[in-house]
Amino acid sequence: MKNKVTSRQKSEFIWGWLFILPTMIGLIVLNIYPMVDTVRQSFYKTGDFGKGNIFVGLKNYEKVLGDTEVWQALWNTIKYAIVEVPLSVVIALLLAVLLNRKLKGRGLFRTILFLPMVVAPAAIAMVWKWLYNSNFGLINNLFHIKVNWISDPNIAIFSIAVIGIWSVIGYNMVLFLAGLQEVPRDYYEAASLDGANWWQQLINITIPLISPTIFFVLVTRIIAALQVFDLIYMMIDLNNPAWKKTESLVFLFYKYSFEQSKKGYGATVIVVLLVLILLITVVQMIGQKKWVHYE
Amino acid sequence: MKKTVSNIVIYTVLILVSITMLAPFVWMVLTAFKTTAETMQIDPFVIVPHVWQTQNFGNVIKAVDFVRLYANTIAMIALRILCAIVTATLSGYAFARLEFKGKNLMFAIVLVQMMVPVQIFIIPQYVMVSKLHMTNSIMGLVFPGVVSAFGTFLMRQAFKQLPRDLEEAARLDGCSIPQTFLFIMSPLTRSSMVALGIFTAVFAYKDLMWPMIVCPDNRATTLASALAKMNAQYQQKYPELMMAALISCVPMIVIYVLFQRQFIEGIATSGGKL
Repeated sequence: MKNKVTSRQKSEFIWGWLFILPTMIGLIVLNIYPMVDTVRQSFYKTGDFGKGNIFVGLKNYEKVLGDTEVWQALWNTIKYAIVEVPLSVVIALLLAVLLNRKLKGRGLFRTILFLPMVVAPAAIAMVWKWLYNSNFGLINNLFHIKVNWISDPNIAIFSIAVIGIWSVIGYNMVLFLAGLQEVPRDYYEAASLDGANWWQQLINITIPLISPTIFFVLVTRIIAALQVFDLIYMMIDLNNPAWKKTESLVFLFYKYSFEQSKKGYGATVIVVLLVLILLITVVQMIGQKKWVHYE
Repeated sequence: MKKTVSNIVIYTVLILVSITMLAPFVWMVLTAFKTTAETMQIDPFVIVPHVWQTQNFGNVIKAVDFVRLYANTIAMIALRILCAIVTATLSGYAFARLEFKGKNLMFAIVLVQMMVPVQIFIIPQYVMVSKLHMTNSIMGLVFPGVVSAFGTFLMRQAFKQLPRDLEEAARLDGCSIPQTFLFIMSPLTRSSMVALGIFTAVFAYKDLMWPMIVCPDNRATTLASALAKMNAQYQQKYPELMMAALISCVPMIVIYVLFQRQFIEGIATSGGKL
């Protein structure tokens, strides 16, 4: 009997490792090694014209801390996230509450709102760039206004954040709808009998009960927003006066690493973003205890 | 009576939001069939083209080899889906149902990959691809997607939800571990495999930075990265640009409308990775 158990254990060990082997080799070669190598490169200055890389210790980090372009990019990224995340979450939540009932055309509305998720951001950005065009764009001509949506350095990053919101509300809404399915109907019936209005039900029943979903959406949205690149890369040309006020951290990473071949410095910028994202994740994990109600 | 009023409010809000969501697409289509002169005219502002111009389509496909771009994009997507589903189903099963030494440490690696921003991998991945002489090739496009940490996680969840008795019965009937996996368990996770396939396809189709870096050549790259190039070159020729954007997104939109339930579920399980 004992022998039988061990032979089962032995075959689970062998097959277990065989089954995970392709994935693990892939992850170690494609992700774990690159992660370590990126951190390593952040301590090197990329040698130009065939010369080897030079170890510079923390010089890249000192340079980042004193680099106004990096600080500006960090500020641009934060401005983007501060507008995109709360608005996309609040709008999506309200829409989910509206859609969470028997309603003719419910599926159709869901399909329409989710549509931007299956279109390449490159195509979306091209369309919005045209909508925003200050002379011939639909928005300015429809409302008879004259706003330089993407060339005014003061508002360009917010105009781009609007595209981000437009792109993602359908996705957030679908996640909220899934969360709302779990809320028992009779809670609302009891609240209605007690005379609670729509707003009171939202604040006292819906939001506390789906707070785990809200928390999940918030964390993933913040992390995604801090990595904004595609929209900015597509919207802002080299000769756009708003260039400096819209560059994000990932955009700088791309510029340094692949347009200017300063891979060491590019690596440093992305390690800074990694640390920022990990810090935010930790803060949120601690903060959630205060307001997320798990059953 | 109160119900009718609230229904009117709800429908008004939903219709206004839907118009906002659809307007950019409608504007893309209308512009794609205008002349450049029409797009530059503001008094009166032209909404619908006077004559639906089809020559924009001809101009765009003459300038850019969309057949080739589609072939590249589809080949990349197909290979990534195949690799991700095969490797993730195997590893997901092992992580969910088999006990072996070192499992927790290996699963920690999966979780780490999912937690860090993807850009942290890109410089070394690019260096590897150039050393392997795979730049400007389909293999270069597929490269970072041959395995999937997210897929492993997803498939592990799927296997965990299946009842234990099934496996016990199979084992008593003399099925070995690979037989149980192949014939009993994995067919039951088909819907998760579909979700993973859709997620992988949409992710690869939307990705911009990797194809731009690894396949800068016009004939070797994907739709998204070719659009970025056109965007920089065409400047004010909006009818052509909108036609190119339209050509690149119509097939995906059609597939989405046909399989919307699977799409929405597949993407919604992605945990914000898109």
